Amino acid sequence: MEPKMNFHPTKVKIDGADRLIRGFTYVFVGIFAVMCIIPFWMIIASSFSTEAAIRRTGFTLWPTSFSTYSYDLIFRSPAQLIGAYVVTVVMTIIGTSVGLFIISMTGYALQRKDFPFRNGISFYIYFTSLFSAGLVPFYYLMVKVYGLKDSYWAVLLPLLMSPWLIILMKNYVKAIPHEITESGKIDGAGDFRIFWSLIVPSMTPALATIGLFLALGYWNEWYYSSLFLGSQVTYRPLQYWLYNLINKVAALKNSLAATQLVLDDLPSETLKMATATLATGPIILLYPFVQKYFVAGLTVGAVKG
Amino acid sequence: MQLNLQAKPGKVAAPSLVHRESFWHKVSKSRVLLLMCFPAILFFFLFSYLPMPGAYIAFTKFNYNKGIFGSPFIGWKNFQFLFGNGQLLLLLRNTVFYNLVFILLGNFLQVLLAILLNEVQSKWFKKTAQSMMFLPYFISDVLVSLLVYNLINYDYGFVSNMVRTAGGVMPKYYSMPGAWPFIIVLVNLWKGTGYGTVIYFAAITGIDTSMLEAARVDGANGFQRIRYILLPCLKPTVVIMLLFAMGGIVKGNFGLFYNLVGNNSLLFNTTDIIETYVYRALMNNFNFSQGSAVGLFQSVVGFAIVMIANGVVKRIEPEYSLF
Repeated sequence: MEPKMNFHPTKVKIDGADRLIRGFTYVFVGIFAVMCIIPFWMIIASSFSTEAAIRRTGFTLWPTSFSTYSYDLIFRSPAQLIGAYVVTVVMTIIGTSVGLFIISMTGYALQRKDFPFRNGISFYIYFTSLFSAGLVPFYYLMVKVYGLKDSYWAVLLPLLMSPWLIILMKNYVKAIPHEITESGKIDGAGDFRIFWSLIVPSMTPALATIGLFLALGYWNEWYYSSLFLGSQVTYRPLQYWLYNLINKVAALKNSLAATQLVLDDLPSETLKMATATLATGPIILLYPFVQKYFVAGLTVGAVKG
Repeated sequence: MQLNLQAKPGKVAAPSLVHRESFWHKVSKSRVLLLMCFPAILFFFLFSYLPMPGAYIAFTKFNYNKGIFGSPFIGWKNFQFLFGNGQLLLLLRNTVFYNLVFILLGNFLQVLLAILLNEVQSKWFKKTAQSMMFLPYFISDVLVSLLVYNLINYDYGFVSNMVRTAGGVMPKYYSMPGAWPFIIVLVNLWKGTGYGTVIYFAAITGIDTSMLEAARVDGANGFQRIRYILLPCLKPTVVIMLLFAMGGIVKGNFGLFYNLVGNNSLLFNTTDIIETYVYRALMNNFNFSQGSAVGLFQSVVGFAIVMIANGVVKRIEPEYSLF
C-alpha cells in the first residue's frame, strides 16, 4: 500500500497552497499522534513515582521522585498477578486457535460457489448481528440453562467468533484464486483436505489479522468476566483484575492482605498505575511487531473495491 | 465494509445443471462443506438464537425461581412503565445523540487525517504517526478509564494540576453531568480515530495515482486536488462507513461508558445509555423484566432502522446497500 502514491516529481513547482497544506499537515498530524501516546507514558511514569510525590504534585509527565515500591509490593505477593496472567494467556491461546480454525473453515465453505447452502448459512449468521434478544435472556440462558456461572467457559466461548469476523474471513478467501480448489478436486482431494492443505497455507496474512483480532479480544476481555465470574473465582482475567483493583479498594486490600501492610500506607495511586502497566505491557511491547498485520488486514478485508 | 450477503439469483445454480437437484441430494453432495460450517452454526444457535425466545421476559413480572415461562404474563406493562416515567426515551436520546456525534465528528476527523497523511512526504513520519494514532485502539476500556482518571481526577489529575498551577480552579468533573458529553466524545475520538484513519488512508492509496499526477501537471494546487479528486474518490468508502455506522445508531459502546461513568448516578442524566441501563438492571438491581424490556425495545428499533436505511440506500444507489 505504501510508496507509489506519494511520488512528487521535483520538477513541478510547489505553490503557496501546497506549502500551507504541508505545514498544517505536519503540525496537526504530529500533535494528534503525540496526544495518542502521552497518556500511556503518564501511566508508566507515575507507576515509577512515589505515592507522596503524587499526593503532592499530582500525576506528572516525569516521575518527580523515582521509586519501584509499587512493583515491589505487587511482586511480594505475586499469586494474584501470576494467576491472572496464566488465566489470560491460556484463554487467549485456546480461544484464538479454536476460533481461528472455525472461522476460517466456515469462511472457506461460505465462499465456495458450488456450495448450495452458502447464502442460507450466510444469512443465518448475518442475521444475528441485525437482531438479538438482548443481554438479559442471554444472561439467563448462560447461568440457568447452561450453568456457566463462575466458569471460565462463560468467558471463553462467547468470544470465539462473530459474524463480522466470519464475513471478513470470507472476503479474504474470495481473493484466493478459485483454481486452487479446482486443482485439488482434480487430484481427488476432499473439501476439508483442500481447505487444510491448499487454502490454509495460502492465507497466512488473513489468519494473522483475524487471529490478532481474536487475541486482542481475549486479552482485553473484562465484560463477560464481570457478568459471569463472581467472587468465588480466585483468579480473574487480567483486565477484569485491573478493573476490580481500580474500582474497588476492597479488592486492593485483599490482594495485599498477605503483605500485612497498614492500609493508610497503601500507595493506592501508584499501585493502580503499576498494575495497569503490568496488565497492558505485553500489548505495548508486541504492538510494533503486530500492527502492520492489522493495517494490511483492514486494507484487504474491510474496504469495498 | 463488504457485506454482500444478498442472494444473487442467477448465480446459485450452476449453468450446466439441467435438472433441479433435490434437497437431500444437495445435502449429501456438500456434506463435508456443511460439516465445516457446523461449529459456527451450532455457536450462533446456542448463543444468539436460543436466547431469542427469552425476550418473553419483557412481558412478564419475572420471578427467577419460577423461570421464564412460569413467571406471570403482564403484557405491555413493563414498556408502559418505562415510557411513562420517561426512562426509555432518555436512554434512547442519549444513545442516539452520542452515536451521531461519534459518527459525524469521527468520520470527519478520520477523512481529514487520512488526506493529510497522504500529503506527508517523509515516509518515516507517515509510518510513525500512523502507528502512534492506531495504538489507543488496542487498549482495553478498563485502561482507558484509568487514563481519563489520570488526567482529570480532582486531587491528582494531570490537567487539574496544570489548571491549579496556572491559578485556575479545577472543576470537579466526576460530579458534573454537563461536562461528560464532551469528555466521552473526546475519549471516543481519541480511541477510534486511528482505526478509521487507517481504513480511509488505505482507500486513498487505492486511488489511481495518474489522476493526481495529471491534475498536478495541469496546475491544480493542493486544495484543488483534494477537493476535486481525493474527496470524490473517497465518497463510496465514506458512504459505506456512514451507512454501516447508522445501522448501529441505537447500539451503544458499553465498555467505554461503563468504565468511564460506572455506577456514578450523579452523571446518569447525560451519560446513561441503553447498554449501561440494562447492565445495571441485571447486575445491580436484578430487575430482569425492565432490563429485558429495554433490550428488546433496542433490538426492534435497531432492526427497523437498518431495514429502513438499507431500503432507502437501495433506492438511491443500489450498489451501496448492505443486503
